[in-house]
Amino acid sequence: MSVPNSGEKTELPPPKTQVGVIGWLRANLFNGWFNTLLTLIAGYILISTVPPLIDWLFLDAVWGMVDPEVCKQAEGACWTFIREKYRLILFGTYPFNEQWRPLVGVLLLLTVVGFSCNRRFWHPWLGAVWLATLLIYLMLLGGGVLGLTPVRTELWGGLPLTLLLAVVGIVVAFPLSILLALGRRSNMPIVKSICIGYIELVRGVPLITLLFMASFMLPLFMPTGVSIDALLRAQVAIIIFVSSYLAEVIRGGLQALPKGQYEGAESLGLTYWQTQRKIILPQALKISIPPIVNTYLGMFKDTSLVAIVSLTDLLLATRQAFADPEWRSFFVEGYVFIAIIYWCFCFFMSKYSQHLERVLDTGHKR
Amino acid sequence: MSQTEGVSAESKSREAARRMPAPDANAIIEMIDVHKWFGQFHVLRDINLSVNQKERIVICGPSGSGKSTLIRCINRLEEHQRGQIIVDGVELTNDIKKIETIRREVGMVFQHFNLFPHLTVLENLTLGPIWVKKTPKAEAEETAMNYLERVKIPEQADKYPGQLSGGQQQRVAIARSLCMNPKVMLFDEPTSALDPEMIKEVLDVMIELAETGMTMLVVTHEMGFARTVADRVIFMDGGEIIEQNEPEEFFHNPQSERTKMFLSQILKH
Repeated sequence: MSVPNSGEKTELPPPKTQVGVIGWLRANLFNGWFNTLLTLIAGYILISTVPPLIDWLFLDAVWGMVDPEVCKQAEGACWTFIREKYRLILFGTYPFNEQWRPLVGVLLLLTVVGFSCNRRFWHPWLGAVWLATLLIYLMLLGGGVLGLTPVRTELWGGLPLTLLLAVVGIVVAFPLSILLALGRRSNMPIVKSICIGYIELVRGVPLITLLFMASFMLPLFMPTGVSIDALLRAQVAIIIFVSSYLAEVIRGGLQALPKGQYEGAESLGLTYWQTQRKIILPQALKISIPPIVNTYLGMFKDTSLVAIVSLTDLLLATRQAFADPEWRSFFVEGYVFIAIIYWCFCFFMSKYSQHLERVLDTGHKR
Repeated sequence: MSQTEGVSAESKSREAARRMPAPDANAIIEMIDVHKWFGQFHVLRDINLSVNQKERIVICGPSGSGKSTLIRCINRLEEHQRGQIIVDGVELTNDIKKIETIRREVGMVFQHFNLFPHLTVLENLTLGPIWVKKTPKAEAEETAMNYLERVKIPEQADKYPGQLSGGQQQRVAIARSLCMNPKVMLFDEPTSALDPEMIKEVLDVMIELAETGMTMLVVTHEMGFARTVADRVIFMDGGEIIEQNEPEEFFHNPQSERTKMFLSQILKH
């Protein structure tokens, strides 16, 4: 016979072995022989690699402005190389005395990027701000106005070039890829086949090929006397390449939405574009955030391929820095330095995307 | 003998009524000889249906009988391939403008609610009026709050659909349609996805709506609702309208064998 359960149960603390440091260790590192073994192996690898790395990076490293010969005697890294060459690495072949211009440009660009990350500023006027920022950026670097010495784009280089290619690539490829994704799902056969053709053609070739074609083959088809700037050609190649990948990522998001969302919108009498803009895209883009950022991270690092069409991006500028015979042996330091720069930007994008996913979550998973 | 003649005459006239709806000035929806195929499958066969203003119709039938497809043709969520559908004087064709006009006049409530999960309840309700009818935001919000009061969940206005129970979500969906001030409301199995204890709250809202004189077409298995609310019950099977009648007659004196079998199956318990 069941008896109704009356009277309160006393609240007991959990057993000691399950809480605190010991509890955590037991639960996570030493539960079972296999996990214990893995923990020990991982511990051994960490102990044998981390201290030497710290020694090389910091403790045995040379930080002062010394002769390269002194550096070669040292056990650790020679950060003198970076101190000596950082302007070449960061700004490439840009005229030395004018390098404040790209610096101001980069700071401005990063400020605007920072602002754009905040949802409070997501208004139509943000587009105008972006357009103005890019114009100012190009004017600062290119000169020829307001008494700034003209600097040809072939001389632009380093971080400002990499950031320009990446940021413009991201900003322009995004709407383009949305249109491509919508076009590929369209009922209109011509629009649909154009989009499919574009995506499949561009996705099927390496970025290097596109860059080569844009740089060397395109001029062959141009009428004599007409030439398009090399930087612009590389930029367009990047945009074309990224948008085809991004279009498929976004199409994946579109397909993940239940048909009921379209029907709900249609039954209210919303037009196709209203439905896309208000109902479909906000949801599709939100669920596509991880793969979109994935594509962007790849693109950010792929901008280094523009080196093959003689644009001095961050990577090529670094290689030019240790082309100096005196400093030739310090390429590891150079690579580590720009690896940290690349990593900072990528890590920021990754963290920001996770933040976006959190703030856009309205708990509708079903 | 005279009795059998009477019955056959009656069934003949019923048959005639089924095939040839009398043109009615009062009709808000006219379906004339409508056919539809899904690929090779003939899903709607020779549908003739005329719905008067303020009429409340319940459509029932076994699953796969085409009842959902029928009402989805009325706002062009499904395209019919033969025949005519005229809604409030506008004939449905491929003309997107006409389709949008009709969708503005015809509200629809779905089995799975189809609320927009990324918008709050209030935004779900004001989206149509603001974007389709160009109503000023403040006015749209006021209307929306009125309808939320009517479906008895004004306190949920700022929540997201995912935070509500199924019954609450379906009431929001009804309110969302009503905000467009439609002339006709279509309900596609509105309670089929709900837990039993939530069915009543949704049916109550629908009954209240019926009392206001809304023209309603309801696909449902809720026979209690059909008895209390419907002016006419339509039974479909195999893509055809088999029988239609007033609820009293329909339940107590079904004419066709298929109707009898269907009723015996669903009214057994």
